Amino acid sequence: MKKVTVALSVLVVLFAVVFTAGCITDDSEPTELLVATTTSLFDTGLLDAMQDYYFEEYNVNLLFTPQGTGKAIASAKNGDADVLLVHSPSQEAAFIEEGYGVNHRGIAYNYFVLVGPAADPAGVKGMKPEEGFTKIRELGTAGTDGVLFVSRGDASGTHTAEQKIWKSAGFDYATEVQGTGDWYKETGAGMGDSLTTAGELGGYIFSDEATFLKYKSNNPDSPLEVVIAEGDSLLNRYTVMSISPAKFPETNIEDATDFTNWLISEEGQEFIGAYGTEEYGKPLFTPMNTIADSTKAPFNIDSTTPVAVPTA
Amino acid sequence: MGEIIDGFIGAIQLIVTLDPEVMDIALRSIQVSTAATLIAALIAIPLGALIYFYDFPGKRGVINLVQTLYALPTVIVGLVVYLLISHSGPLGFLDLLYTTKAMTIAQVILVSPLIIGFTISALTGLDRDMKNTVLGLNAPAYRAMLTLVREAKFAILSAVVLAFGRAIAEVGAVMMVGGNIRHFTRTLTTAISLNTSMGEFSVSIALGIILLGIALIVNLGVNVLQYRGMRVKDD
Repeated sequence: MKKVTVALSVLVVLFAVVFTAGCITDDSEPTELLVATTTSLFDTGLLDAMQDYYFEEYNVNLLFTPQGTGKAIASAKNGDADVLLVHSPSQEAAFIEEGYGVNHRGIAYNYFVLVGPAADPAGVKGMKPEEGFTKIRELGTAGTDGVLFVSRGDASGTHTAEQKIWKSAGFDYATEVQGTGDWYKETGAGMGDSLTTAGELGGYIFSDEATFLKYKSNNPDSPLEVVIAEGDSLLNRYTVMSISPAKFPETNIEDATDFTNWLISEEGQEFIGAYGTEEYGKPLFTPMNTIADSTKAPFNIDSTTPVAVPTA
Repeated sequence: MGEIIDGFIGAIQLIVTLDPEVMDIALRSIQVSTAATLIAALIAIPLGALIYFYDFPGKRGVINLVQTLYALPTVIVGLVVYLLISHSGPLGFLDLLYTTKAMTIAQVILVSPLIIGFTISALTGLDRDMKNTVLGLNAPAYRAMLTLVREAKFAILSAVVLAFGRAIAEVGAVMMVGGNIRHFTRTLTTAISLNTSMGEFSVSIALGIILLGIALIVNLGVNVLQYRGMRVKDD
């Protein structure tokens, strides 16, 4: 009886010590910058590498919370982020319009790709994105065997870009694509998960190039291959912006400003451009400073002018 | 199949080499869930005893409610705690979002009903004669309660272990309020979820094995305690 009590109290004390130790290390860190970001940037591993590097060099902890662009923007609107790192031009514009975002700068780009089974049952290889989408929809709604389209369906940047292509191909997304049959499947999951689903089902899927390269290197046996990679609507532009201190006074605008300036600096651009070259044979993201003038179409974003802490 | 085998080999490698990132994640999982379980036990065992001990109108309803809350979805707990501690929420000024403290709070809410309910069941299951003896001793109520809880301690301890299991294995709540931030709020379950979505299946399997290992150690520890306790009692 006594032994049990003693053993129990020893356990309790042990746990308490472990827990308080955890709390102490938790709070004694240098400054912290909360960055809400998208799964397509995060899943490639770029941000983990950036977190380590930035901490070493600048003693700032970048706290990345990976989520879909839709959720990242929603949490930023609640004041639960200092910086947004996303890739959805229309959602970014709305965010700035509503006064939540400031200091918008382009940092990198790559391309979206249409990925599908190597056998290409819809025969869309090499088509323009809009043509390919139209053909898949036509065969899919007709019930052609093996023609499936897997969609993120989660209001992410990639999902938004996919919807834009349906629209420019002349279809109303809500009535002529969604709910038109078994051929169109929405996963409601992140990019990596959705690629896994598409690989299992042997379907077509719209993906960013970087996540697909990563997926393919992890799953060399997957039947999925890039089928469409050319077209203006495939540009995938990543931008950074700070949460307006006018909306949320407690936001860490100083570190946010420094981080933005680092991202567009030569050093930051080189860091982004070099990532992944070793593992995938090519960079996953092309830094924005490789473009002569990114303010022109199709980029339409300033990526060189340093930002300053906004004065109220 | 290859992934499962790779996972096993990977798990052994990660454990044997004491991979710092994995140790960091595992330690955080243990800390958060242990703290949550202990805090929940401190609140829930006395609460369960009080509910058992006193008759009041609506007692049956309260017990039903507690038992219903065993099925509380983890994401709902996460969402409610998030909305409370978000910087736009009523408790936003406490700056709890994306901290291990927030994760602990969410898990306390998640597992408390379990411990309350099982404490009530454990006390209800005690031998009737023994109960009557204790109650007939004319001791103050808290003394009697303490004696009864002590008598039922092994059953209650099992409930606490069950609660720890639910806490350390859940992913929805810690993901929402912790944000799965590397080096800060990433736990075994959120890391498993992340690695799965990144297609790193063998790392996920390895982390899953480590999680089960922790659960096994906790269970063995409790079994030893219970076994010793029984023997002492028999003497």
